[in-house]
Amino acid sequence: MRANLSLPWWAWAAMGAGLVVFAVMIGLTVKRNRGVHRSLFASPYTLWMIVFTVIPVILIGYYAFTNASGAFTLDNFKNFWDSNYESNKVILDVMGEEGAAYITRGTVNVDTLVYSLWMAFKCTVICLLLGYPAALFMADRNMKLGATLVVLFIIPMWMNFLLRTIAWMSLLEDSGLINTFLKWLGFEGVQLMYNSEAVLLGMVYNFLPFMVFPIYTVLSKMDFRLTEAAADLGCNSLQTLVKVTLPLSLPGVISGITMVFMPSVTTFFIPRVLGGGNTMMFGDLIESKFLTEGNWNVGSALSLIMMLLILLSLSILRKVDPNGEGGGIA
Amino acid sequence: MNNDQLNARIQKAREKDHLIDLIGISKEYDGVKVLKDINLYIRKKEFVTLLGPSGCGKTTTLRIIGGFETPTDGALLFEGQEISDLPPYKRRVNTVFQKYALFPHLNVYDNIAFGLKLKKMPKKMIDEKVRQMLELVNLRGYEKRHVEALSGGQQQRVAIARSLVNEPEVLLLDEPLGALDLKLRKDMQLELKSMQQRLGITFIYVTHDQEEALTMSDTIVVMKDGTIQQIGDPKSIYDEPANAFVADFIGESNILRGTMVKDELVEFAGATFPCVDFGFGENAPVDVVIRPEDIMLVGEDVGQIVGVIKSVLFKGVHYEMMIDTGAYTFKVHSTTMQPQGSKVGLNIVPFNIHIMKPMQEEE
Repeated sequence: MRANLSLPWWAWAAMGAGLVVFAVMIGLTVKRNRGVHRSLFASPYTLWMIVFTVIPVILIGYYAFTNASGAFTLDNFKNFWDSNYESNKVILDVMGEEGAAYITRGTVNVDTLVYSLWMAFKCTVICLLLGYPAALFMADRNMKLGATLVVLFIIPMWMNFLLRTIAWMSLLEDSGLINTFLKWLGFEGVQLMYNSEAVLLGMVYNFLPFMVFPIYTVLSKMDFRLTEAAADLGCNSLQTLVKVTLPLSLPGVISGITMVFMPSVTTFFIPRVLGGGNTMMFGDLIESKFLTEGNWNVGSALSLIMMLLILLSLSILRKVDPNGEGGGIA
Repeated sequence: MNNDQLNARIQKAREKDHLIDLIGISKEYDGVKVLKDINLYIRKKEFVTLLGPSGCGKTTTLRIIGGFETPTDGALLFEGQEISDLPPYKRRVNTVFQKYALFPHLNVYDNIAFGLKLKKMPKKMIDEKVRQMLELVNLRGYEKRHVEALSGGQQQRVAIARSLVNEPEVLLLDEPLGALDLKLRKDMQLELKSMQQRLGITFIYVTHDQEEALTMSDTIVVMKDGTIQQIGDPKSIYDEPANAFVADFIGESNILRGTMVKDELVEFAGATFPCVDFGFGENAPVDVVIRPEDIMLVGEDVGQIVGVIKSVLFKGVHYEMMIDTGAYTFKVHSTTMQPQGSKVGLNIVPFNIHIMKPMQEEE
């Protein structure tokens, strides 16, 4: 792993200037208010954001549009579209026109992105189908079990995400709990791990609470008299659900979708543990660009593409829930 | 109450021409009885008010009729049919909820049309009915408005329209005017009453406001601690309260402990008064209720009792005076003012003295 921090002098200067501007702004605030103003208490957070979010994003932008020697280039994005771009260029350089017969477009990057989006989509749909009824059940004020279920959903979240995923291995492996049990019953063992179903299972398991809780919050805040009013006006329980409860819980659903879809697209640990390298998702690809190949430029370009896709989907969802009533991060 | 008794009473109720019968209804939450043996019938086109302080069970009674609660015991008849187990959407009853419960995701038109759309009514007919309803509640031109952008009074009207458009047999109203200011509340009281008379629909109305109950109702049901204290028309409830609680809750009262010396003679506040009640026995302890406006101020020398005016408050139509007779401080309403500190005589005519059995203190 080679940290490629050989930034040009102007990049360092810009970052330094940013910090100086920040310090000056604090000074001015103190002077204008003749003392400590409440907004000053936000400065540690602002500094944190600048150092760990704003600067890294600027750096990603910088790396994405430069090559290893720091010159401006769009090659990194061409590399996303055609992973053979570099080698094809060499072939064409050496062989000229004749080389065209030997070049092929490497589709692994695009395919991985499409696969990741598809997996994230499936994960989101399954989480919604499982999570909505669960949230409905938990929020029902007549169900005494509801509160218990809330706790049951929260307890696993106290455990580390990596541990929880690794725990699934001991269940699914060839010598794991499930297979041992099947063999004890006299059945053949089943290959449960190292396929996309196992990855999907791990994703759903890890991200389900992020679907349940926003919906649960909205539902439990909802005035129960509204469902009574629906029943009063002639709705049976299914009609009440479709005509009143569902539309009113939409902000929670949107928030849940965002909070499940985003980490699903970018997830990289679950596919490696449960997919065992047989499945590659976009997060894994980015990780390997940075950590295995040490190619920060292409890695940054891929990250930038992913960020744009997420921003795009967020802005679409925001149109449906303009007030952000779901209380999520949309 | 066992099943045979209940069935006998159901049979008996069916012979009468009642719209709704509550027979021996009780309701328990986690072992706490909130309704104890409620017996009540409601006739067609009647305006019935359930009146009582908060926690008296009036809303629970209404919710049982609406179908949102099932009684623990007893029978609920609608035109003679037992409906305790019928879900709300199958009852010919609609509710105007406390705080209205309008659907925030729908506009005024869709809120009102909600019930009609469920009945798969043709669009033209829905349009027509919603228009009529908006006319009725004075909200013409508000179809496209967002319900949350309406004032409290307007939301209240939409809630009423949303219920009435379904042409229910009975309209249940759960403190519908509670959130409105005084002026608007008074206007809406009259509007609701005239609406009820014009449409000929039975109204069951829940309130803790005695004045509201007196203004609007044909029949008032006074409740306390899950039991019915008195059922009657406004005038009889006001003039002939069944006990000290009703007397105190409906209007202002002087309530005293007294002794029934013999028939038509009662002793309280250190004097004996002729009255019109009898049948309590001799020297029986009783509660005596006297309305503040029923006490006449006369000269010191001709009063049945004499007192000193402790305070005088101007209340608009009348003066409210607190008069200390030594044994009791009477509240007196009079249109003529007597100066504070002066001595006056108090006279009470026999039929304005209300004698009732002493209340048993509960809990």
